[in-house]
Amino acid sequence: MHGADFFYQALIYLTAAVVSVPIAKRLGLGSVLGYLLAGVAIGPFALGLVGEDGQDVLHFAEFGVVLMLFLIGLELEPSRVWRLRTPILGLGGLQVGVTTAVLAGIGLALDLDWRTALAVGVILALSSTAIVLQTLNEKGLMGTHGGQSSFAVLLFQDIAVIPILALLPLLSLGGGSIVESADEHDSSWVAGLSGWAETLVVLGAVLVIVLAGRYLLQPAFRAIARTGLRELFTAAALLLVIATAMLMTKVGVSPALGTFLAGMVLARSEYRHELESNIDPFKGLLLGLFFISIGASIDFGLIVGSPTLIFGLMVVLIVAKLAVLLVLVRVFKMSLDQGLLFAFSLAQGGEFAFVLLSFAVRYDVVDPTLAGTLIATVALTMAATPILMLLNEKVVQPRFGTLERGGRQADEIDRQHKVIIAGFGSFGSIVGRLLRANGVEATVLDYDSDRVDLLRKLGLQVFYGDACRLDLLHAAGAAEARLLVAALDTGEKNHELVATVRKHFPQVTILARAQDRGAAYEILDEGVEHVFREKLDSSLRLGVEALRLLGFRAYQAHRAAQTFRRHDERAVRELAAMRHDRTLYLSEARQRIEDLEELLQGDLADPDEMRDAGWDPDSLRQEYGGK
Amino acid sequence: MQKILVIVAHPALERSRINRRMAAAAEELEGVTLHDLYEAYPDFDVDVGREQQLLKAHDLLVLQHPFFWYSVPPLLKQWIDLVLEHGWAYGSEGKALVGKRVLSAISTGGREDAFRRGGHNRFTMRELLAPIEQTFVLCGMDYLAPFCVHGAHGMRREQIDRHAAAYGRALEALRDERLDLEAAMRRPRLDDGLDELIRPPAGQS
Repeated sequence: MHGADFFYQALIYLTAAVVSVPIAKRLGLGSVLGYLLAGVAIGPFALGLVGEDGQDVLHFAEFGVVLMLFLIGLELEPSRVWRLRTPILGLGGLQVGVTTAVLAGIGLALDLDWRTALAVGVILALSSTAIVLQTLNEKGLMGTHGGQSSFAVLLFQDIAVIPILALLPLLSLGGGSIVESADEHDSSWVAGLSGWAETLVVLGAVLVIVLAGRYLLQPAFRAIARTGLRELFTAAALLLVIATAMLMTKVGVSPALGTFLAGMVLARSEYRHELESNIDPFKGLLLGLFFISIGASIDFGLIVGSPTLIFGLMVVLIVAKLAVLLVLVRVFKMSLDQGLLFAFSLAQGGEFAFVLLSFAVRYDVVDPTLAGTLIATVALTMAATPILMLLNEKVVQPRFGTLERGGRQADEIDRQHKVIIAGFGSFGSIVGRLLRANGVEATVLDYDSDRVDLLRKLGLQVFYGDACRLDLLHAAGAAEARLLVAALDTGEKNHELVATVRKHFPQVTILARAQDRGAAYEILDEGVEHVFREKLDSSLRLGVEALRLLGFRAYQAHRAAQTFRRHDERAVRELAAMRHDRTLYLSEARQRIEDLEELLQGDLADPDEMRDAGWDPDSLRQEYGGK
Repeated sequence: MQKILVIVAHPALERSRINRRMAAAAEELEGVTLHDLYEAYPDFDVDVGREQQLLKAHDLLVLQHPFFWYSVPPLLKQWIDLVLEHGWAYGSEGKALVGKRVLSAISTGGREDAFRRGGHNRFTMRELLAPIEQTFVLCGMDYLAPFCVHGAHGMRREQIDRHAAAYGRALEALRDERLDLEAAMRRPRLDDGLDELIRPPAGQS
């Protein structure tokens, strides 16, 4: 792929994405399915715009998964992973173990050699990190119990890939005479080492990542940030991920796992957000590309050749995985809604299967025909995942889950209120409780079914659904509502909600939560007056306490904070208006610093504003004191 | 036409009967700015600059409030403390309010005969209001006799209506400069014999 060819490819892939994803989103199918369909459309079996080179693109695009895990690592501090240890080991271990056993059993029943059956079982037990996490994120379900459990299992699977890679050669049907393939393994540093030495090298590599993350990257990033060149920072961030991925590949560890680790080390770094915002677009593009390639690589020739076999395998695989997952849901006592979400998310084969199957073929564990069939099956189950999750959302949950209790569908809201609260997390719940304590019943929209259940038990009117959806807002009575409290947990979702409401329900007064100053600017830009920065009040109160502990009198500190708040709220609004002209030529990071600079100077500009002249005896002393 | 700023200070206006009706009567009048202090500054964070601008833009200031412990509600006191700055409202440089007028419009729980020498409250309204009167006199303003609504507890609907209407008439006459100010400053109360002080509108005399 070079020169004009590259641009031709880019043209096709980008066109496919730009055309199909908005359509898929519009239809409520989610972006993953959109990408997959785009891939099918341009693939060799539909329009035929991309041919064999689709496989190259797939390998390239797998890097998107690596980037995604790096970003997930950034979000996860080691302490949080430690808290997740039970689901990771328990849920993840059991999922991989039991699913392997069940699938291997099916393999044996289909007359496979036990070694082949075991290999196929363990390979197909893995799920697709890319599709699951992307879909959960898009639906805003990552924070729910089901989302967290899915994540834990996926994490375990990523770790499990290492021992699986070690296991596969032992299962060789060639009877000890392993056909050592030339490519790839030769380039690994651990090729000729014994087991314990290999372990040592892996541990050493991990140690290198941890130490470098702790002591080397911080000063390096600081130096780069000081240059003020945004693209240099982006380059450094990409370099970091690629270097980590290379290192891990060299020592025989999955690059995704390695970069996940690197991300975790950097989770507490001051440059976390900077890294996130720099890597994120690449991740998004590459993941999209990855999904397109999956779509394009589905071998429809094979499917058309033996449709019963492939579709049969696909159904068997999904049903078997679903059954095991549902048993786990019972064992771990998850609520029905979250359990269904968890089970339906993970019931597919994963991208690791592609790598592991080709590995297995090389070691003569699985024969090439079977591998081809399985690859087609896995690709189909991956493509089916977004559909399965939709099925769960629209058909299964309404029938068996929370939504059905009380005899209503997800989207039907029978009681119409004058106030709508979107998002009943830590923020929205306080708003709702205050209103309720004063006799105002609000329509609450929330997307965490466990929470919805609990609140309903407590007698609140809470409804389940994605508050950004226009049909749900309509059903909630947004057209007649007086107030809408936008209190969703993530800034993007909340902004999306505000924009939607502004556009379709201009008569509603919006009261918006803003995660930070940046979010406040965005919401102010939408023309919303009532914007509340969630950290402003508590940090001001802390500041007051600090002043008091330093010896300021309580009322003076309190008044100082009141004045400061008024001043700051005004400054935010002024800056929001001004920064339009400047964002044109300033990077976001630069912009933040400039904003802060302006704020700090503004704080000093008018000392008179910061005190109460009415209680100030200075001028009185001047006029009357001398006489 | 005189511009009138009515500052209403009642911490629970929603539960008041008289002050709410009086505020409504004032709001109906053209040329009257109604300023609900507890609505504007629930946290007592009075915006001094804004308040001073409001004062400058009006000719007559009306302080409408219930009589709490023979004085103004705390937010109005806070307002007085912060807004009437030395060097702005008083002092050798403070001339911003000179020549403007002030009227207290007060509701009391005690009945009329309680506010006299030998009565339950031992002093007249004007005596009890001396600190307020002096506050504004120090700012160079003319302090009119207070508009008083006594016996607020247990007042019947028609009586409240009558007081509110009288209040409206007083403000209207003040706005149109048909009220005898000299006399109004000397009297013990403005509401008592109010109509004697009001000249009929031009053209009707």
